[in-house]
Amino acid sequence: MILKGKVWKFGDNIDTDIIIPAQYLAHTDPRVLSQHCMEPLAPDFAKKVKSGDIIVSGTNFGCGSSREHAPLAITGLGIPLIIAKTFARIFYRNAFNKGLALLEADISDLVEDGDEIEADISQGIIHCKGKEIHAKPIPPFMEELINEGGLINHLKKKLEG
Amino acid sequence: MGMTITEKILAAHADKDYVEPGEIVDCRIDLAMANDITAPLSLEEFEKVGAKKVFDPNKVVFVLDHFTPNKDILSAENCKRIREFSIKYGIVNFFEGGQCGIEHALLPEKGLVVAGDVVIGADSHTCTYGALGAFSTGMGSTDITYGMVMGRIWFKVPESIKFHCYGKWQKWITGKELILHILGMIGVDGALYSAMEYTGDAIGTLSMDSRFTIANMAIEAGGKNGIFHVDEKTIAFMKEHATRPYTVYESDGDAKYKQIFEIDVSKVGFTVACPSLPSNAKDAGELGSVDVDQVVIGSCTNGRLEDLEMVAEILKGKKVAKHTRCIIIPATPAIYGEAMRRGYFQIFLDAGCIISPPTCGPCLGGHMGILARGEKAVATTNRNFIGRMGHPESEVYLAGPAVAAATAIKGKIVRPEEVI
Repeated sequence: MILKGKVWKFGDNIDTDIIIPAQYLAHTDPRVLSQHCMEPLAPDFAKKVKSGDIIVSGTNFGCGSSREHAPLAITGLGIPLIIAKTFARIFYRNAFNKGLALLEADISDLVEDGDEIEADISQGIIHCKGKEIHAKPIPPFMEELINEGGLINHLKKKLEG
Repeated sequence: MGMTITEKILAAHADKDYVEPGEIVDCRIDLAMANDITAPLSLEEFEKVGAKKVFDPNKVVFVLDHFTPNKDILSAENCKRIREFSIKYGIVNFFEGGQCGIEHALLPEKGLVVAGDVVIGADSHTCTYGALGAFSTGMGSTDITYGMVMGRIWFKVPESIKFHCYGKWQKWITGKELILHILGMIGVDGALYSAMEYTGDAIGTLSMDSRFTIANMAIEAGGKNGIFHVDEKTIAFMKEHATRPYTVYESDGDAKYKQIFEIDVSKVGFTVACPSLPSNAKDAGELGSVDVDQVVIGSCTNGRLEDLEMVAEILKGKKVAKHTRCIIIPATPAIYGEAMRRGYFQIFLDAGCIISPPTCGPCLGGHMGILARGEKAVATTNRNFIGRMGHPESEVYLAGPAVAAATAIKGKIVRPEEVI
């Protein structure tokens, strides 16, 4: 799958309290959660971001809590992909479980807010600023899980089988 | 090649003789836990997959500790939903109201986790139970749904990092100062995807409460789990609390570690993590004059009896500074009762503290102690991210119980010897 979108750049250690502050965690609806995405750092982000835009970040994106509200707040805005140098491990699993694609690549210094980039999710290839960058490959086990439609579909099949 | 304690526990639960870091394993789990914030999403997925039962009603645990006593209508609705689910599916370990404490203090106290277990929880601080020689780690709600239904979950076997701790502890220094010190050394992603294993004489002399504190904050270094070896203190704790047999695993002499750190604990001082990362470590004595509006003593990190004992010792006969609020949160009803029986409550009340019921409340900026714009807090909690305890322009300094208590008296961050 090839995704094209405009870049929103964030720094290192973007934690889950920034992605979705705890005061909103009694909500489970992604449409409500998404309105507060990144609020402590960028209060206008949810209003300005367009469906299809892509987040680019540095190291340890999604560190902190296990709240699945974090990937939901992001997908609720129509953001299909995050490219970061590294991801925190709970966020990494949660994103896959919630259908949010992640690519591990260090492109933060190459791009600016608003740049148009293109990413081939299945190949892990990113095109930006005339360069081709190869993301760290997705572990084969997780790729299988994605091909099965995610963990919940995998579970559904097990229960039906 | 030998295996670490973490690798051995995962191998046993995957019915394998040997596993190595990077390998994907499908493990039996001994417990799956969720709280009032994370369970609602798990239950939504449970309904979506059309599951008819949980894998074992004794091994699924719900603890309603975050936004309770219910902070608003939506939180109350969430708790109601979990309660109804628990009744319908016969969940044995459902904790709310006066039975409820902060999950990671409550589960070990109830004897629900023992050495050798694999525990998953929809809360990042599930890594706390590593203090008992168990493998425990936080996950999201969807993974917990899978665990609740199947009684299994997949893991990538983590690499292990060893922290060998030796030397004599200085007075008032606890596991909290050590883990903040370690975070200062390795950073908030210094143990990304890794197991943090603690060994050495200085660990042996630490209380179980301090070990829980250290294991609790593995996630603050990006760690998958924190883990301790079982010794006579662990066994004594389990004898008092456990409801089922335990299994002791030991790391082999030739087990492989990604890194080994040697730490002389006599050099660990009153470490404080300054805003806005838990790794932003400094000594309480070198911060200059930081005026503090609120002190929070509690949480899954530091709301245990040893913490309250230390705070009572420092606050005895003293007053909390004018214009500083000091909130004390015993982590479970049992800790609450014992603190009361020992007379700590009178000391806290005489000093002008607020005694809160067990709740995660202010730690995550939920309720029961939110900060206004520009306010500063010292907290014995685990995170000081931007806006963690309230307004995005408020600030949190993380500390151990002694520094927190001394700070409450002075109204600014000080080392405990300044008030004793």
